Amino acid sequence: MMTSFLFRTLDARAGIFIGLMLAAIILVPALNLLVPEGSTFHVPTYAVTLMGKYLTYALLALSVDLVWGYCGILSLGHGAFFALGGYAMGMYLMRQIGTRGVYGDPILPDFMVFLNWKELPWYWYGFDMFPFAALIVLLAPGILAFVFGWFAFRSRVTGVYLSIITQALTYALLLAFFRNDMGFGGNNGLTDFKDILGFDIQAGTTRAGLFAASGLALVVCFLICRAVTRSKLGKVLVAVRDAESRTRFLGYRVEHYKLFVWTLSAMMAGIAGALYVPQVGIINPGEFAPANSIEVVIWVAVGGRGTLVGAVLGAILVNFSKTWFTAALPEIWLFALGGLFVVVTLFLPKGLLGLMDKGWSALRRRPAKDTAAHGAEPQPAE
Amino acid sequence: MSFLKSFLLLLCLLTGFSGAVIAQEDLESLRPLVNALAEGKFKETEQQVADLAATGNPAVAPLLEALGNGDLQFRKSDKAVFITRSAGKGYQLIDPLTHEVAGEASRSEVTKIKVNNGLRRSIRAALGSLTLMAKDPDVRKTAAAAIFKAKDPEAIESLDTAIAKESDDDVRLVMEQARAAAVLNSDGGDADRLEAIDVLASMGNRDALSLLTGFAASAEGEQKAAADKAITRINKSLALWGNAQNIWYGVSLGSVLLLAAIGLAITFGVMGVINMAHGEMVMIGAYVTFMVQEMIRSSAPWLFDYSLLIALPLAFVISGGIGMAIERGVIRWLYGRPLETLLATWGISLMLQQAVRSIFGPTNQEVGNPSWMSGAFELGQLTITYNRMWIIVFALLVFAGLMLVLKKTPFGLFTRAVTQNRRMAASMGIRTPWIDALTFGLGSGIAGIAGVALSQIDNVSPNLGQGYIIDSFMVVVFGGVGNLWGTLVGAMTLGVVNKFLEPYAGAVLGKILVLVFIILFIQKRPRGLFALKGRAVEA
Repeated sequence: MMTSFLFRTLDARAGIFIGLMLAAIILVPALNLLVPEGSTFHVPTYAVTLMGKYLTYALLALSVDLVWGYCGILSLGHGAFFALGGYAMGMYLMRQIGTRGVYGDPILPDFMVFLNWKELPWYWYGFDMFPFAALIVLLAPGILAFVFGWFAFRSRVTGVYLSIITQALTYALLLAFFRNDMGFGGNNGLTDFKDILGFDIQAGTTRAGLFAASGLALVVCFLICRAVTRSKLGKVLVAVRDAESRTRFLGYRVEHYKLFVWTLSAMMAGIAGALYVPQVGIINPGEFAPANSIEVVIWVAVGGRGTLVGAVLGAILVNFSKTWFTAALPEIWLFALGGLFVVVTLFLPKGLLGLMDKGWSALRRRPAKDTAAHGAEPQPAE
Repeated sequence: MSFLKSFLLLLCLLTGFSGAVIAQEDLESLRPLVNALAEGKFKETEQQVADLAATGNPAVAPLLEALGNGDLQFRKSDKAVFITRSAGKGYQLIDPLTHEVAGEASRSEVTKIKVNNGLRRSIRAALGSLTLMAKDPDVRKTAAAAIFKAKDPEAIESLDTAIAKESDDDVRLVMEQARAAAVLNSDGGDADRLEAIDVLASMGNRDALSLLTGFAASAEGEQKAAADKAITRINKSLALWGNAQNIWYGVSLGSVLLLAAIGLAITFGVMGVINMAHGEMVMIGAYVTFMVQEMIRSSAPWLFDYSLLIALPLAFVISGGIGMAIERGVIRWLYGRPLETLLATWGISLMLQQAVRSIFGPTNQEVGNPSWMSGAFELGQLTITYNRMWIIVFALLVFAGLMLVLKKTPFGLFTRAVTQNRRMAASMGIRTPWIDALTFGLGSGIAGIAGVALSQIDNVSPNLGQGYIIDSFMVVVFGGVGNLWGTLVGAMTLGVVNKFLEPYAGAVLGKILVLVFIILFIQKRPRGLFALKGRAVEA
């Protein structure tokens, strides 16, 4: 009975989330495009872009929650997959500039002309076609994650060690993408985009469209994550999280499960990056910085690990406060973020959603203390 | 270079004065030669300079120096030559030989003796051969080295006399090398040149190599063969020294890594706490050094050479204290949850960075090198800087000290007991919470004194620590968690491998390769190079 109650609340939560998201997808662009500018209900374009950015962050957090919350893999390198997706999209956008660049070269992006390159490197081929770029957005992070995970999970690198080598991975990529020889714009990255799929990237309608696309991607990925975690496979994943060796002894090929969910998560992070780049208008190696990846983990922790909705909530809340703090009190922001890390890990192990649940059940069943109910929940092991 | 020049000038002046006292009439015999400078074109001046130098009289040196600097002028009325110094609107005239003030002149009364680059070169060479006879062996050595650079065939004669008189073996060697360089540049005979090639080949450095390569390009027959042979010989020895250099740089980098990682080897390796704020402990140690130096600069400048020694205990105490506070305040609630510890300490590191940035500002702070840490010495073809050498020594000392503390003191015994079996240790009466705090404090304090050392070679800024954190984790994980020897071997290996990769792959790519190597290595040996042996399913 207890479990059915749990699922019911979860379902309600997911329903509310999807409802809210769909409403936002319709309302925000509508309020931006249809409502005249003077009106109180008008949403300015920069706000649409900002919210679109939050949604891509939310998608990134969702992908981290899938591996961390449900499979116990703490990735400190998901920013790498995000940035790879972003670079794939950035390369497509660079090719769309065509002759409108500073040097007016029809094929070579500006930075290559600047570096005196004579022809396009082979790995830039095909990026003038959107379907190809979209495919690479999925494949580049996916293949990297698959290869990395194949090695790591097969040799049973777990826990902290895995976290550290994921960090080494993103750090190595950071250094690599800083190199001009790599052919990805080096330090400056890719920027100065003109249009996407033939639409002007600066136009309000395109911005609204990108916002809607981000929202849709988030909803779809959320549904995929839910499907995965609610299936039998999801149960095995939770078993891996809570007692990996025991699951292995029971006859499950733990590494296959991990590899599947790891690769899936990396692809989602890639999609998030691909949607992020056209909205912020730049992708540079800074996105690979290990600090970024660690920050994503705290978004998930703030919202509530292993809840999916919590990851989205945490990402939006933390980034909203980041925007506010860095504008109003820039000195304080790192204190606030650092404090958040400490407070959440010490006092909110289940995040905001856990807090809400606690408050909710305390309200509903004030007379009967529900220690039993909480004790029955499986405690996530590290 | 200009320092060297004025130094030479000073010595020349000194020797010149002493000469002036002994042989006043010698000086007067030079007078016609000097005054002849007032006439003639560049070509003739060059000859006159050579004549002056040929007298071998040290008193000529300051005169030539003045000529080279364009300070030598002659009075139009009587064509007498003077060293001039600007004084008010005109010049002060100084006798070029006796250095007595000989009156003043307006600008229109005197004319500068013109020099061009070719002339300057011959003046330098002439000065070089003059100083070959100086009393101070260092001056003679510098003079010989200058001739080596100039390869002036004219200097061969003076070198020969100098070599015959030379009593210092070191100086004679340099003189012989200079002579060899000059001989190659002259039109000497076969035997002379072959001998010169031999001398240069045994020199074995890049200067000799470039000299010989230049020579071999134009030489013929036996000489060319000998030169080619010498070139291959030098190249071989250079390659050998290059490897030695790489190893030295590698060990140097390794010792930096060791310093940065050794505190982590305690907190992470021994206690199992992922301390992402470790780099900030290093940073705090560096800032302690900065503050100590600031205080010394303002109130006790004579103590500057001891600033690092004063900073060491302070950095240990301050970083260690902050570490203990972190352990008591945050980490102790998170034992057994390593991933949460990682996040919490990351948060602490952000706060510490921002705190330092707010207090000291985001820019680099200037930390000076005490005198015993600046400079360098030569070992064969290696240039070894003192600060790198001391850091290696220091890293090894810290390592040995830490080993001693862990293996030989009661505190070390308790620490090992607690980390091996906490409950058993507690049952035996060890106060485990205190041991945890002290161990964490020890690790942090060592990070602090690492910061003192690293302040000497790195920029002291709030981001100092972040640059080391990933490398430190790599070292500890690579070496094997819970094993200090592993940390030592890991740091040195990574340092040397990195430096050997650099010439082929470039610094950045080399680093990437090392990272990829470690990632692959961990797949193969998930518990590092020196893993603790055990039968647990999960460590």
